[in-house]
Amino acid sequence: MELTGAQSLIKSLETEGVEVVFGLPGGAILPVYDPIIDSSIRHILVRHEQGAGHAAEGYAQVTGRPGVAIVTSGPGATNVVTPLANAYMDSTPLVVVTGQVATSAIGTDAFQEVDITGITAGVTKHNWLVTDAADIPRVIAEAFHVATTGRPGPVLVDFPKDVANATTTWQSPGPVDLPGYCPAGAPDPAAIAAAAELLRAAERPVLYVGGGVLKAAASAALAELVELTGAPVVTTLMARGAFPDSHPRCLAMPGMHGNYTAVTAMQQADLLVALGSRFDDRVTGKVDAFAPRAQVVHVDVDRAEIGKVRRPDVAIVADCRAAIDALNASLRAGGALPPERLAPWIAMLDEWRRRFPLVYDADSPGAGTPVLKPQYVLEQLRDATPSDTILVSGVGQHQMWATQYWQFDHPRTWVNSGGLGTMGFAVPAAIGAKVGRPDRMVWAVDGDGCFQMTAQELVTASSERIPVKIAILNNAYLGMVRQWQHMFYEERYSEVYLSPDLPDYVLWAEAMGCVGLRVTSPEEVLPAIEKANEIDDRPVVIDFRTDSMEQVYPMVASGSSNDDIVVHPSQQGIAR
Amino acid sequence: MSAGSPAAAGGHLVPVQAAPGPRTGKRLRHHVVSLLVENKAGVLVRVAGLFARRGFNIFSLAVAPTHDPRFSRISIVVDVESAPLEQVVDQLDKLVNVVEITELHPLDAREAELLLVTVAADAVSRSQVIQLAEVYGAKVVDVGADACTVRLASAPEALDDFEEVMRPYGIRELQRTGRIALHKLGRET
Repeated sequence: MELTGAQSLIKSLETEGVEVVFGLPGGAILPVYDPIIDSSIRHILVRHEQGAGHAAEGYAQVTGRPGVAIVTSGPGATNVVTPLANAYMDSTPLVVVTGQVATSAIGTDAFQEVDITGITAGVTKHNWLVTDAADIPRVIAEAFHVATTGRPGPVLVDFPKDVANATTTWQSPGPVDLPGYCPAGAPDPAAIAAAAELLRAAERPVLYVGGGVLKAAASAALAELVELTGAPVVTTLMARGAFPDSHPRCLAMPGMHGNYTAVTAMQQADLLVALGSRFDDRVTGKVDAFAPRAQVVHVDVDRAEIGKVRRPDVAIVADCRAAIDALNASLRAGGALPPERLAPWIAMLDEWRRRFPLVYDADSPGAGTPVLKPQYVLEQLRDATPSDTILVSGVGQHQMWATQYWQFDHPRTWVNSGGLGTMGFAVPAAIGAKVGRPDRMVWAVDGDGCFQMTAQELVTASSERIPVKIAILNNAYLGMVRQWQHMFYEERYSEVYLSPDLPDYVLWAEAMGCVGLRVTSPEEVLPAIEKANEIDDRPVVIDFRTDSMEQVYPMVASGSSNDDIVVHPSQQGIAR
Repeated sequence: MSAGSPAAAGGHLVPVQAAPGPRTGKRLRHHVVSLLVENKAGVLVRVAGLFARRGFNIFSLAVAPTHDPRFSRISIVVDVESAPLEQVVDQLDKLVNVVEITELHPLDAREAELLLVTVAADAVSRSQVIQLAEVYGAKVVDVGADACTVRLASAPEALDDFEEVMRPYGIRELQRTGRIALHKLGRET
């Protein structure tokens, strides 16, 4: 049967099981928008293409399925570069279709022409320029295959207008044949045995869990590994929820703003088992001083991560699920590990936890009226929402407080921008998350600086009836930058003040069809959250006026050793 | 190969030598990485872009079709002091258009390179240049009034020597292709 290239594209997306796309039409992509009218695929019209990309990321992060965005050529395509880079850093499967000028016009500086495959080569797993409509089924199948297999990531398909208008036929592409693309296979049994041996012998092991465990749906296998070994677990920013915070062996988050026990456990460990984590500089601090006494087992589906930062003693190139299952089988076959062997280590960790819990001052010194602390807002929000609530955040102080003070007990309940650190991620990502999991409550915790970058997507949420809830921790500053200027630039505050009431967030929210609420004191916090929780027919925005001076503790200064972790001022006299 | 070595998990890498070995006692900075790539538009940009954004240095690069029209071969001489060779290879392996990677240690490879050089040569010096060219197995391919152009295809080190020998006569222009390489053949049956 004959059809247009555009119809062929939509048919391919339907064949891939796509249920929703986020997008915004324009000149070069016009032909593709016609068959969307007749398609089963839900199209969500964003207000800026960056929003389409981040919404697709939010969708992908909570569902595990690839997020899809469709945008036009030129500025539409360049606006989606930030989400592609974000998804590349955080290994989020994304398929972005960009319109392109007609093949005959490519290279002539045509209207809204940009070399988007060239621009995005460094921030995608791969990209394609379709030049023949007959290739569409094959290219789309390849795009989804590459995005979702091995280490997941974003891909881009550039789609010229004449290819969309061409007459073609659609044939099932059959199995993907990419001779240069071979995701990691089964783990090497000898390496698994070597890793199991190290785990048996270790006296101070730490399981260093990264986002790869979530991507591989390996949480149950990880829980079994902890049962078998009794080893404590740290979950990186990308892995929060991969292992429940409520588990006694969970030490929560390590790194620059990780808690004292998680950071110090890695420093003192004699064995680190890195599971889908990549020794990111925010985790290691000064690399030469990181976990100096630890042997390292590194499991990663991406061979290039092995030895990139730290040379492991045992390398396992495999998907985390396959590797952990194999490790568990090997450990079981070798007989039970006596739990008391780790008793001194666990006792030490418990003692650190007792001495150095996460703390904040309930009041700022000298403040006349009660000050609203951001950590208090997060504690109240955590306790007033279901445990499987999906929490989304932007980037900055609020993000660190959110990961510190939330209790993540379920996989895929934490959505944030980790590697790229993209301010403005939260609002569109929350929309995508709610579309992906309409059965869940979705809260975004955002900073006032972040909110101003992408807030217009709440118009999308209102018009599409996507009831996300946004808690702005409004401290009137670019808070994390202010914190660094406070600590490292002698309190010379340069271009970080934003004002608490310009814009008026409540009026802005109402103008975008949301319910807007304002909270200025601690006793108003819970009633406002409860009110927001009851609203399910439109988005809600709460403007929490929080303490401008609050700092994120603990902190390891950039480039410092994790041994030099700076704890909260009230804990600085406590013996380590 | 040890159990823990990254290449042990399979894949389509052709494992040769993991790191520049001190086998000669002299540290070798150059390694040839030979890539079999799909013969498609933009592949060279993807390879070169990867080197640029990861901060890997390229000494030379040669690209040409192979006997199979679906594939081209890119021979890259990598500065192994700018990045561990293993990391260069692993990152290249992630490019979808790169089908096979062979890393060739200089001691395990037959290397060759082509040079064209235009040397000042008047009536007096011309015969000397031609004689020297013959000594190196080079061929005079063009003769002008006050210069001649000589072509030499040989091992890269021979090209280096020849360049030095020609220098006193006055090199007007010089172009080298960058080295290409294939594995040495075994002689055991």
